[in-house]
Amino acid sequence: MNRQFHRLRVPAVLAFLTLFPLVMPYQALAVNILIFGLYAVGFNLLFGYTGMLSFGHAAFFGIGGYLTGIAMLDFAVPWPLAILAGVLCAMLGGGVIGFLAIRTRGIYFSMVTLALGQIVYYGFYKAEGWTGGENGLRGITVAPLHLLGIPIDFLNPLTKYYVILIFVGIALWFVSRVLNSPFGAVMEAIRENEKRAAACGYDVVRTKLLVFVLSAGLCGLAGALRALHLSIVPIDSLHYLQSGQAVMMCLLGGMGTFFGPFVGAAVYLLLEDTLTNLTSHWMGAVGIIFMLCVIFFPKGIWGSVLDWIEGWVVRSPWHPR
Amino acid sequence: MADLSPQLLALQLVTGLSLGAVYALLAIGLSLIFGMMGVVNFAHGAFFMVGAFLGVYFLGMTGSFWLGLVIVPLVTGLLGMVTERLFVRPLYGRGVDYPLLLTFGLSYVLIEGIRMLFGIEGLPTATPVQLRGAVNIGIGLFPLYRLFLIGAAATVIFGLWLFVEKTRYGLIIRAGSRTPDMVRVLGVNMSRIWLIVFGLGTAIAGLSGALAAPIRGVNPEMGIPVLAESFVVTVVGGLGSLLGAVTAGLLVGVVYSMTSLFAPDFADLSVFVLMAVVLLIKPQGLFGKSGYMG
Repeated sequence: MNRQFHRLRVPAVLAFLTLFPLVMPYQALAVNILIFGLYAVGFNLLFGYTGMLSFGHAAFFGIGGYLTGIAMLDFAVPWPLAILAGVLCAMLGGGVIGFLAIRTRGIYFSMVTLALGQIVYYGFYKAEGWTGGENGLRGITVAPLHLLGIPIDFLNPLTKYYVILIFVGIALWFVSRVLNSPFGAVMEAIRENEKRAAACGYDVVRTKLLVFVLSAGLCGLAGALRALHLSIVPIDSLHYLQSGQAVMMCLLGGMGTFFGPFVGAAVYLLLEDTLTNLTSHWMGAVGIIFMLCVIFFPKGIWGSVLDWIEGWVVRSPWHPR
Repeated sequence: MADLSPQLLALQLVTGLSLGAVYALLAIGLSLIFGMMGVVNFAHGAFFMVGAFLGVYFLGMTGSFWLGLVIVPLVTGLLGMVTERLFVRPLYGRGVDYPLLLTFGLSYVLIEGIRMLFGIEGLPTATPVQLRGAVNIGIGLFPLYRLFLIGAAATVIFGLWLFVEKTRYGLIIRAGSRTPDMVRVLGVNMSRIWLIVFGLGTAIAGLSGALAAPIRGVNPEMGIPVLAESFVVTVVGGLGSLLGAVTAGLLVGVVYSMTSLFAPDFADLSVFVLMAVVLLIKPQGLFGKSGYMG
């Protein structure tokens, strides 16, 4: 039952995301939820499934965005290849930061990733010639592309949504594949008990580093897609608060669940969208909601829903006892 | 580049020490809470920021800088105790990530709270009248306020050392950080000790904010880089070690001020590079016990 459920999760999520923009108040928000959902999925791979709480993932989100933009602006690379460049650079960054950070664990890991993330922020901030410094990287335009005779116009928000969804779909399939593999089982073993996983003969250090790099690549992809979406890369995408956003979305939605990050991203962005109309101090409200979630709903929204469903199934008369 | 006389270098070194004094205070506040409860306070920078705002506010209200230095730690300490009692306490025994996430959420609330009370722009700051000007310290003129920072930090650190090492309460704290259950069996109310230690940590954070306000400026987001910098100091020094916090604080301050003399563009980066180097060579920090980081 469980295994079949897992096999269905990617089509199920994609079916939902395909219909999703039709129920949204406006498409730009739907595109944002898609991108930040992917960002949270990448983060979740590390935090939710491997138990490593990074506070520096904005670095990869930002690197992905900046390098995609730089490839397009300074090297006139076509955008699909530029995305690839952004993702590869984010993975490279993930390799370097991960190599340093996994020398520590637990709370230290959070502190070290935060500090290393600051290096990337300051570095990009100072490299004005490439990155535009404080103003961010501007003027990224996506040239209309003809794919198999079908024109793809990025100015149409719905078209943009579905083009981005293709990338998100590939990423989700990849994540699902990783989680179902023996490697995914080792990840969860490390989360549950690192020493025991090591004692069972698994190479804990290599697994952690690989997960870190994969997670960085996914967050880099999210950043790259956002660069195309906004046509600028704000310097804030490297900021500590951007790292915090991944943490919040992941926890609100449900860490260690497949669909949770999207739920978290949707709730966070809808909350932001609603609250900014009411008060300029919406961050405080988000902070309070997050604190309440940590205390009362540590499994997050989707995690709690899954719990209820499971309880309901177990208690139902059809469940074999 | 200006000609590098030994005098200039020496002055820059003292400047670094005065920066480092604040770093050391911050790191001690973090270390104290961690050593006792295994909790890393992600709102540490926010408490620092609240302290800075309150310090400037009290200075404007009462006209006395010194009174502010007494009131600010009391207020932030109280705030910390409320935090521990209401929010952190339900999370004990649930894994190290939860208090960390909670205090992270709290930092948002504190930042927005300050924005509501004082606006988003920040407050103008000035060096208190009694501490303006410069004095000759043998190698040249040095700002009096920075000298005062070194003295103030040293006093607080010494006081804290006396408290932890020489008093009955300090004895309970030291014992409790090793085996809380044993101390509880001996009839000590550990919950109250944790409450006090958390309050003490945030009081020190607030005090460092009030002390640093005249040289750092005051705005609601000032706590964010401070949090990152105090993490650098604790990682370099090794968490849970008083000596480590002080040494690493001063080292980080000196590295920062020396880089800003030779390569101002890299000053912000230099301390993080220092941390990366320490991680490569000695992952548990200069004074850390190897057990802490694994």
